[in-house]
Amino acid sequence: MNWEVIIKWLPRLAQGATLTLELVAIAVIAGLILAIPLGVARASRHWYVRALPYGYIFFFRGTPLLVQLFLVYYGLAQFEAVRNSVLWPYLRDPFWCTVLTMTLHTAAYIAEILRGALQAIPKGEIEAARALGMSRGKTLFYIMLPRASRIGLPAYSNEVILMLKASALASTVTLLELTGMARTIIARTYLPVEIFFAAGLFYLVISFLLVQGFKLLERWLRVDACQGR
Amino acid sequence: MNIDLHGFGPALMAGTLMTVKLALCALLLGLILGLLGALAKTSAIKPLQWLGGFYSTLVRGIPELLWVLLIYFGTVGLVNSLGDALNMPGLELSAFAAGVIALGLCFGAYATEVFRGAILAIPKGHREAGLALGLSKGRILSRIILPQMWRIALPGLGNLFMILMKDTALVSVIGLEEIMRHSQIAVTVSKEPFTFYMVAACIYLSLTVVAMTGMYFLEKRAARGFVRAE
Repeated sequence: MNWEVIIKWLPRLAQGATLTLELVAIAVIAGLILAIPLGVARASRHWYVRALPYGYIFFFRGTPLLVQLFLVYYGLAQFEAVRNSVLWPYLRDPFWCTVLTMTLHTAAYIAEILRGALQAIPKGEIEAARALGMSRGKTLFYIMLPRASRIGLPAYSNEVILMLKASALASTVTLLELTGMARTIIARTYLPVEIFFAAGLFYLVISFLLVQGFKLLERWLRVDACQGR
Repeated sequence: MNIDLHGFGPALMAGTLMTVKLALCALLLGLILGLLGALAKTSAIKPLQWLGGFYSTLVRGIPELLWVLLIYFGTVGLVNSLGDALNMPGLELSAFAAGVIALGLCFGAYATEVFRGAILAIPKGHREAGLALGLSKGRILSRIILPQMWRIALPGLGNLFMILMKDTALVSVIGLEEIMRHSQIAVTVSKEPFTFYMVAACIYLSLTVVAMTGMYFLEKRAARGFVRAE
C-alpha cells in the first residue's frame, strides 16, 4: 500500500466528497418534500387517488437508478421540445440532471416508507383526534404526520445512507464526486487499489457520521418513547 | 405506438439473458457468503463474531459501484501474480466474474443481517430440544435451524434480490454486455437515447415483476402449514 499517494490526493478526494454530500443533501430533502403528498395519496382509501402514486413508485422502484439517470441525462435531449425549452440550460448540466434523478428516485422510496408509517399509526389515536372535533386536514397535520415521521425515521435514515451510496452513479455522467474523482485520479496515477481504498474510507466515515446524526435526531424526537403501545 | 429498435432487438434479448445469468450467479455466491456471515456473527467464538461484523459493516458502508470498480481494476496485479504462480500467464478476471464477485459480496453482506435476524427469531427452546435429544451441533443446524430459518428470511431475501437485479446495471460500467451496455451501443448508432433507455427500463420492470411473482409463490410454499397470527 502506497500511503504517500493517498495522502497526496486526499484534498482532491475531500473535494469530491463535498460534491457527494451536496448531491445527497439536496436529493434527500427535496425527495422528502415531494414524498409527503405522494405518500399521503398512496395511503388513500380511494383507488383513483392511489393509482397515480402507485404507478410512479412502481416505475422508480422497479428500474435501476443508472437507467433513470441515463434517461434524464441522455434521453431527454432526444426531444426537440426539451432542447428549445427554458429549462434546457439546467437539463444539459450533469449536476442538475443527477439531482433531479436522485430526487425523483428517492421520493418514490420515501413515499413508500411514509405510507407504511401512516398505516402503522394506531387507529385509536386518529379516532381520538376526530372525536375531539379535529377536521381531516387538521388530524393529518397535527396528529398523523408528526406520528408517522417518528415511526418512519429509522427507515428514512436507511434511505439516506442508500442514497449516499447511490450517488456514486453520478460519476457515470461525468460528475467529479467522490467516485468520479477517484476514477480521475486513478487515470493519472494507475494505482486503483490505493485510491479506491481511500474513497471507500471516505464513504465509511460519512455513513458512520450520518448514522450517529440520526441517532441524535431520534433521541431529540424521542422516537423510543413514542413506540409504547 | 410503434417502437423502432433499429435491429437491436436480438442484442437486447442477449443482454437480458446476460443480466439474468449475472443476477443468478451473484445470488448463489451471495447466499453462501450471507449464510457464512450469519453463522459467524451468531457463533459463540469472539473472533468469528468480529469477522462477520467486519464483513457486513465494511461491505455495506461502501457503494456497490465502487466494489465493482475495485474488484475489476484493483485485482489486476493480484490475479496476474496468481497466474504466474499457477503457471498460467495472462490470467485475468473477466467482467462477468468481477461482476459476480462484487454483487455477490454486496448481496452477502446484506443477507448476513437478514439471516442473522432469522436465526435469532427461532425460539431458543427448539435448539435446546435438539440438544436434549442428543443431536450434534451440525445436525441441529441442518435439521432444525436452517429449515425454519428460510421461511423467516425469505421476504428479506426477496427484497435483496430485487435490489441485486437492479444493481446488475452497474456492471455495464466495466463493459459487460448486459442490457445497459447493449442499450448504450444501440444509442451510439441510432442517436435515440430516450427510446432505448426506456426500453431498457421496461425490461428491468418486467424482470422485477417476474421476480416478484416468483417470490410470492416461494413464500407461499415456505409458509405452508403456518397460519398468520392476528
